[in-house]
Amino acid sequence: MSSKRLSFPASEEAIRDLRAGDEVTVDGHIIGIRDRTQIRIFDQGIEPPMDLSGAFLLHTAPGVRKLGPGKYEKVCIGTTTSARMVRFTEGLGSQYGVRAICGKGGLPDEAIEPMQRLGMVYFAIVGGAAALETTQIEEIEEVAWEELMPECLWKFRVKDFGPLTVGIDSHGNSLFHDVQERAKAKLEELYDRL
Amino acid sequence: MSTITITDLEAAVEDAAAYLYVWALKDIPQDLRDALADAANRETSVPGQRVLQTILKNVTVAETEKNLVCQDTGIAVYTCRVGEHFPLHPARIYAALKTGTERATVDHPLRSNAVHTITRENTGPNTGYRLPIVHWEFIPDWDGLDVKCVPKGSGSENMSFLKMCVPADGVKGVKQFVLESIVGAGGKPCPPGIVGVGIGGSADYAMYLAKEAIARPVGTRNADPHVAKLEEELYDLLNETGIGPMGLGGDVTVLSCHVEHADTHMTLNPVAVNYQCWAARRASAHVTANGEVEYDREF
Repeated sequence: MSSKRLSFPASEEAIRDLRAGDEVTVDGHIIGIRDRTQIRIFDQGIEPPMDLSGAFLLHTAPGVRKLGPGKYEKVCIGTTTSARMVRFTEGLGSQYGVRAICGKGGLPDEAIEPMQRLGMVYFAIVGGAAALETTQIEEIEEVAWEELMPECLWKFRVKDFGPLTVGIDSHGNSLFHDVQERAKAKLEELYDRL
Repeated sequence: MSTITITDLEAAVEDAAAYLYVWALKDIPQDLRDALADAANRETSVPGQRVLQTILKNVTVAETEKNLVCQDTGIAVYTCRVGEHFPLHPARIYAALKTGTERATVDHPLRSNAVHTITRENTGPNTGYRLPIVHWEFIPDWDGLDVKCVPKGSGSENMSFLKMCVPADGVKGVKQFVLESIVGAGGKPCPPGIVGVGIGGSADYAMYLAKEAIARPVGTRNADPHVAKLEEELYDLLNETGIGPMGLGGDVTVLSCHVEHADTHMTLNPVAVNYQCWAARRASAHVTANGEVEYDREF
């Protein structure tokens, strides 16, 4: 496990360099996305009006204050549970070239294979730590699909975003898979003691 | 005697609701802060320690930045204890809680989460049909009102589980179900949090009791010694699962396990699990018959 700093958009090479368990801090641009945003892209077949190649996607529906047409300032920005959105992983990588998905609570095992094949990672953020996360977001630069508020497509500029933990790497490793396997084995032992 | 009007009293309850919602979201209770600091002292895994240090830092940043601890303003859940002589009818208390919730949402502003359950269209300022959710208790020989606000985030609420165990499953079946639920939930409900368990009653009442359980201060014990023993056993067992902070593996999976119970039918053995994330937000107000409001963590 090591500590790394990465800027987004990022290359496949930079992503392949990461290993499950690594601590990562991120700078640059990240894209906020959520359930309804991805339902629109994949289930309704509407092309996202933002370039997602090399992108870092954050599972979020931010709390914001409207300043003017298309312009918002941050109020409180945090991260939602990722598992609900696992079925979009493959498409994000193969159709749009997304490199990183960041959320809380992990992605189920079905994300491991596409992430390995396409050169993607899952970053685990600390869920609920939104006050801190908000200070790491410098500006809301762009918003698309405002009618889905707050589940729009957001572009944030960030600095020192983290700490993140590589939960699933592009080499077939998942911390969540390992923790679940150990816990299930432990459960058998605990049941015997009840 | 004060000559407060019913309109003034309704306004006082509305003010209390607006204040409680924001206060709960910004400033987590001391018992929870202590439990999180204690968890950081015990945790030995590297990712687990990283998570807990970030949580502690976040609580401090929320204070200095005067921001919300977590962006998920949840669904507002209130519990009201209404004295039989409290002058404002519960119908008006409900209206005041609803307006107070809306006012807090618009004025702060808070993220509005409420949607129609089929169309998924946002219904406005964190209220809607049957939102906010209010639980009622009525107290004889009293003229006051207690209101507790528990903003309930979806990450933890999605990790709610019910099983109608049979009597032959016994307490062992109850324990197994709680364990498998929390392992299955993994990192999704933002561990380490409070596991609420409701046992007995009926299917719906067991889940109601589980929700009551998560709103208790961390580490409090049920007055019934049989139930208190179950709370302690479950707490130890759950922390042996190794799920750890945010499901990344570690020693601390839960901060506390609270169980509430009700007597039940001879052929029923229901068990409900309701999870509360580490940001276990709650705040209360006491309202007197003449409209004086005092804020406190508990009833």
